[in-house]
Amino acid sequence: MAEHEPMVEVFIYETRDFLSKLEELALKSEEAQSFDPDDVNEIFRAMHTIKGSAAMMMLDEISKLAHAIEDIFFYIRELHPKKIDVSSVTDLVLAAVDFMQGEIDVLDEGNTPSESSQNMREATEAFLRQMKIDNGDDPDVDLRKVKGAQKPAASSTAAPAPAQKPAAPEPAPQYYIGAAKDEAKPAEGPLHVYEAILKFDPGSGMLEVRAYTVISSFQSEVTELHYLPDKLLEDPEAPDKIEKSGLKLYMTATKSLADIKTTLEKTSFLTDLKVRELKSTDECLYWPSKTEVATQEAKDAEAPIVPNVPVTEGAKSVPPAVKKSTEKLSPAKKDAAHKEHESQVISVRVDKLDRLMDLVGELVIAESMVVQNPDLSGLELENFQKAARQLHKINGELQDSVMALRMVPLEGTFKKMNRIVRDMTKKLGKKARLLLRGEDTEVDKTINDHIGDPLMHIIRNSIDHGIEMPDERTAKGKPESGTVTLAATNAGGEVVIRIMDDGAGLDRDKILARAKERHLLTKPEGEYTDKEIYKFIFAPGFSTNDKVTEYSGRGVGMDVVVSNIKALGGSVVMDSDPGKGSTTTMRIPLTLAIIEGMSVMVGSSRFTVPISAIRRSFRPMHGEVFKDTEGREMIMEDGECCPVVRLDEMYGIKGAETDIEKGILMLLESRTGGLFALHADKLMGVQEIVVKPVPKFIDGITDKTGISGCTLLGDGSISLILDAQVLGSILK
Amino acid sequence: MDDESILDEEDTQKDKYLVFTIGQEVYGIDIKVVMEIIGILPITGVPEVPDYIRGIINLRGKIIPVVDMRLRFGQEYREYTDRTCVIVIEVEDMLIGLIIDAVSEVLDIPEADVVPPPKLRESKTKYIRGVGKLKPIEEGASGRVVLLLDWKKLFSKEDVEKLSDMQEQSDGGNNK
Repeated sequence: MAEHEPMVEVFIYETRDFLSKLEELALKSEEAQSFDPDDVNEIFRAMHTIKGSAAMMMLDEISKLAHAIEDIFFYIRELHPKKIDVSSVTDLVLAAVDFMQGEIDVLDEGNTPSESSQNMREATEAFLRQMKIDNGDDPDVDLRKVKGAQKPAASSTAAPAPAQKPAAPEPAPQYYIGAAKDEAKPAEGPLHVYEAILKFDPGSGMLEVRAYTVISSFQSEVTELHYLPDKLLEDPEAPDKIEKSGLKLYMTATKSLADIKTTLEKTSFLTDLKVRELKSTDECLYWPSKTEVATQEAKDAEAPIVPNVPVTEGAKSVPPAVKKSTEKLSPAKKDAAHKEHESQVISVRVDKLDRLMDLVGELVIAESMVVQNPDLSGLELENFQKAARQLHKINGELQDSVMALRMVPLEGTFKKMNRIVRDMTKKLGKKARLLLRGEDTEVDKTINDHIGDPLMHIIRNSIDHGIEMPDERTAKGKPESGTVTLAATNAGGEVVIRIMDDGAGLDRDKILARAKERHLLTKPEGEYTDKEIYKFIFAPGFSTNDKVTEYSGRGVGMDVVVSNIKALGGSVVMDSDPGKGSTTTMRIPLTLAIIEGMSVMVGSSRFTVPISAIRRSFRPMHGEVFKDTEGREMIMEDGECCPVVRLDEMYGIKGAETDIEKGILMLLESRTGGLFALHADKLMGVQEIVVKPVPKFIDGITDKTGISGCTLLGDGSISLILDAQVLGSILK
Repeated sequence: MDDESILDEEDTQKDKYLVFTIGQEVYGIDIKVVMEIIGILPITGVPEVPDYIRGIINLRGKIIPVVDMRLRFGQEYREYTDRTCVIVIEVEDMLIGLIIDAVSEVLDIPEADVVPPPKLRESKTKYIRGVGKLKPIEEGASGRVVLLLDWKKLFSKEDVEKLSDMQEQSDGGNNK
């Protein structure tokens, strides 16, 4: 289940954002061995927001854990304790981040997160207690109360629902706020009945969430509250209804009409507000009786998302009364700053970008259809040509800009590696730091999403095998702490990522011995070059580690690296300087959607072969192609016998060149590393092509025949893209 | 059929069929699946697909497979002419072009005038949803009939794959 309700999607997106921010901050603080006041504030706010929104999504475990962490930072922020064990705090934060990340993943997959954070919470609380004692503070005093300030809004409203019935077997969510209020707060003074109609700026988006925000923050002001549309979150039409007829609130309250009005007026994005007093609840359009509420509640009990408290919107949702007292904590200010920051960036669904890209592709083709229109041939059209050149220039720029939209900096992925280095060095008792270079290099989003795993494996390898223990390093005259450098640079149409460490380097003999053990050698030992030996590392199941540890030894890692990078059309090479360290170099094309292809002709058909798959292309000399006893054609390359495949025979194309010496051979490398030669009539040249998928209707068939996609050529004709990997496997 | 309800909603398209000819036969297809009608465009052949899939065409940047309906229904191949049309239909989110001899008109055939196809041999009538009876053009003349295509069955992906598998087998597996 990748599809979520918009609210869940926003929650997942925001929370992930916060979590990665948190991780980054925690690591930064640990490195500095102190907490910068700004960072403390930032962590506090992030936890606070997560706590609130998680509570709203009924993810109590996340919410409570966030609360516990938040407490620590509240303490640090307010009392500036002298003794802070930064590492331990970081551990706690990271553990919490991991837990939440896991739960969010579960939610993202469409399941209901159910892990308990009890242990982690208790550990966190115990730690805070100890920290207070260490700093000479009374551990039992609730700081938030001592400070005279009320607890920040979310903690006072977010916690109650889960806290009141923690072990209820049926987590009857308090969807109908009115009913819940009845038991909580008996009415004082005469009750008035009011009707309020709120209209929101439709441009503000997420109307149902805004409505929820209002209702939830408003519930504390009134005795009983009902509203229309009554199913804000379940009903997909709710936003439309709200947009059309507004959000209708019906309530009984002891407050005066003016009070109610002032409170509601503080709602953001409000365009219209009407409040009037009714004589009795009978006049309300919607006033369910207690039994109705109860049945409804039972029905709704299964609904996975039942917000109790609105915190996604940050300060906006804080009930006004509490807002004043928390002003010092400046959530409002922070929110404003956050807003400004946000307005520079919008998140767009990738499929929308793809659509835009398709359209630009069509535009480029349409342009050439107009400019090279046969109707224009032979005409002297000076002004037309001028205008056409202008159009061409703009189109080119447009194409570049659209491509740039999909590009994201590697920064995020790179920074995640910090965590791996930290965790591993801690566990293994080594010392190492990660240096990032060129993290602002931009790559296509798909690539960015897929290089995380390979990077992680290589870095693990570097630390596990490369970097020595601190005493060993000092003995060798190296600095005690090792350095792993992660560097990215742009080189032509490729991005080159290097992972360098100053560790022991690769153990040539050990690798060779292990390769021999596993019968991977195909020629005498002495003939292997260093690079060839290092290549064994990437063989599936290969490991020089005798023991399987948490981090390595299973031999899956480097194999994954190669297959992931290959899937991206890239390559991995490993090099090493014994005693000084090793370097892994990954070369990946900047974008997947546009590739460089060699266009070839076979009969009247055109095919495109990705340049990256072609080792070399040549016209065979007389006698170079020979036949075996069964009449199969072969050619020698690098001392290897490569089969020759004639495209026209393979695909049954008529009218193609049959004399192999008049055609052209392309040497391609298949997935298994085997070479084969493809015979075509002639080369048409290299061009950048936009890869389009084969229509769904026939892709099931073409998949098996080595056609991976198609592309449109400048003249509007279609060329089929050949997949060397699949072609190679068909031959087998 | 759950399509009925959709048809009911889209009242203007209900019971409307695009009528075209393949050889002597007159076929009809629900107008709601028809996206557009175009003349024949240059076709790029795709290897190893069943014969009746002629290849792919470039329709304003969209790449669409085209199916020759003559071949699909086992009639012989005829050279394409100026009258040859491609009906672009959308089935299960796929755009497919149908090459047919000629398009004639759009007709209203009320459900009451549609009779189920005779169950002679399953294979022949499998892709015909029903036979629409038309009023005779002149008094006394015999009424025309329109074979209404069951596009759902006709273009289900499994069906295509099955056919291509069958073809491969009959080829004796000489495509390595």
